[in-house]
Amino acid sequence: MDSAWNLLIDLAIILIIFLGIRMFRRPESARWGNLTAAFALLCALTVVLYRDPILTPALVLIVFLVGSMVGWFVAMRVNMVQIPAMVAFQHGAGGVAAFLVSFVELIKDATHLSVTSEVSGIVGLIIGAATFSGSMVAGGKLANRLKQTPTVFPRHNLILSGTVVVIVTLGVFAGHVSGTAVLYALIILILFSIWLGVVFSIRIGGADMPVLISFLNATAGVAAAFCGIIIQNRLLIACGATVAASGSILTHVMCKAMNRNLWKVFVGIRPKTAAGMAVTTQARPPSVAVQESSGQDLLARAIEVAKNANRVIIIPGYGMALAQAQLELVGLAKKLEGMNKEVKYAIHPVAGRMPGHMNVLLAEAEVEYDKLCEMEQINPEFAGTDLVLIVGACDVVNPAAINVEGTPISGMPILKAHEAKHIVVCNLDRRPGYSGVENPLYADPKTILLLGDARMTLGKLSQGLA
Amino acid sequence: MTDLLLMISVFTVSFVLGYILISKVPQMLHTPLMSMTNAISAVTIIGALLLFSVELDIPQKVLGGIAIAMAAFNVVGGFVITDRITKMFKKSSGVDSGQEEHRLKE
Repeated sequence: MDSAWNLLIDLAIILIIFLGIRMFRRPESARWGNLTAAFALLCALTVVLYRDPILTPALVLIVFLVGSMVGWFVAMRVNMVQIPAMVAFQHGAGGVAAFLVSFVELIKDATHLSVTSEVSGIVGLIIGAATFSGSMVAGGKLANRLKQTPTVFPRHNLILSGTVVVIVTLGVFAGHVSGTAVLYALIILILFSIWLGVVFSIRIGGADMPVLISFLNATAGVAAAFCGIIIQNRLLIACGATVAASGSILTHVMCKAMNRNLWKVFVGIRPKTAAGMAVTTQARPPSVAVQESSGQDLLARAIEVAKNANRVIIIPGYGMALAQAQLELVGLAKKLEGMNKEVKYAIHPVAGRMPGHMNVLLAEAEVEYDKLCEMEQINPEFAGTDLVLIVGACDVVNPAAINVEGTPISGMPILKAHEAKHIVVCNLDRRPGYSGVENPLYADPKTILLLGDARMTLGKLSQGLA
Repeated sequence: MTDLLLMISVFTVSFVLGYILISKVPQMLHTPLMSMTNAISAVTIIGALLLFSVELDIPQKVLGGIAIAMAAFNVVGGFVITDRITKMFKKSSGVDSGQEEHRLKE
């Protein structure tokens, strides 16, 4: 950290990055925002190479090109349903880079490092390594390579806290020894940190994944910031801090939207179902008779309702993505619009496997973004809506969140589908969602349940309208 | 000590400014936001490059090389995927932009 010029250059680069983020306020400028941030990073690289020339340029260039080309290739080929897994793997790659840089800095010239650098190097090493393994587990789950449901070891919390204690002890030890002992202490520390990430992530699953992936976003940023402290680089610290802020916000948004406490997600306290079940089974019997009519009959009724509706709101959930029914859904929506009906999409913040995932899936299916409505914005409109079409969503429309006390989703913000005149549900089955709370909406007399593969159901609905 | 204070303040100021800016990003754009910030966190590539500005032994070179490759994967992959996502967001032709802006602000 030296001359005024360097300070100004660093400041300019970080301001360009902030400008890029600022352009994310509106979808039409977001693309430029991304390119702006990319440009800022390119400037940063150029400046660094100019300031401190590399001794082995050929080697560095080759390695750099290999990494970039793999990144480019994968990013061009991945499809939008796989984005969460891709992002998780990238968090992991960032974690590797962060802990390796910290590691090499620590073993290179341990005697020259100040106490601050040494401490932050060790902390960065731990966070980076844990981010790496945690992200790999998260990515594996999201890519369906690992079991998606939480894996709980016997005495999981004991193992987790034991690992933390070992890591802290090793970290302090590594800071006090010198010579080759440092090397071995750090290697063992890395192994334990990797183990920590695994133990931590493997217990989180299902609908809690958006929280995990957002949290790993934040830790990747923190690892980069610590990496910046050890090499005394302002830019790394500033960028890392910004990313940490972003990850924190997303983590908070996800927790709030799911009515989950961050601590409970992390220590493995999952929603309990008892109270909700009891209440809703009482509510069900009166309407069962209506629901038991044949599939054809229900479909005909649904088509009739859709024909007569003027204002339609569609609520897509992750089940839609699982059934790969985006195109069928959008086809149906376009048909309804062609019949001069107003069609909007209501997107719950946790629809999908990462924050904002559902919007991306629908944008890919060529839904214009001004039809994608956030929860707060669209909730007042349900009362004046003729038809709500729910596709592959359950918890986010469960009125028990408002009506019933003591369920895991009580108090969770939901889309008020139950206020509409008619409701058509295209879900695979009538089983409760991730929370395990039965959905009284299914038993509501104004609801038409079309169970089965959403893609087929939507296709039939669409045909019926023609 | 002044170094430490300076670095802590750089972290704090960036965190706060980032927090203010990012809290205004609509939920619709949270996925591309995360993939972009993910690419930004690969700024560690600077640290990896700086390793090579001094003499290293072979194992250190190998580790540094892996760090560069991983960070390059992260930074390029992150920006490319974000570009692909943001490119998909399109507005319907009928809506006039002034009204649109007003709606988004609400």
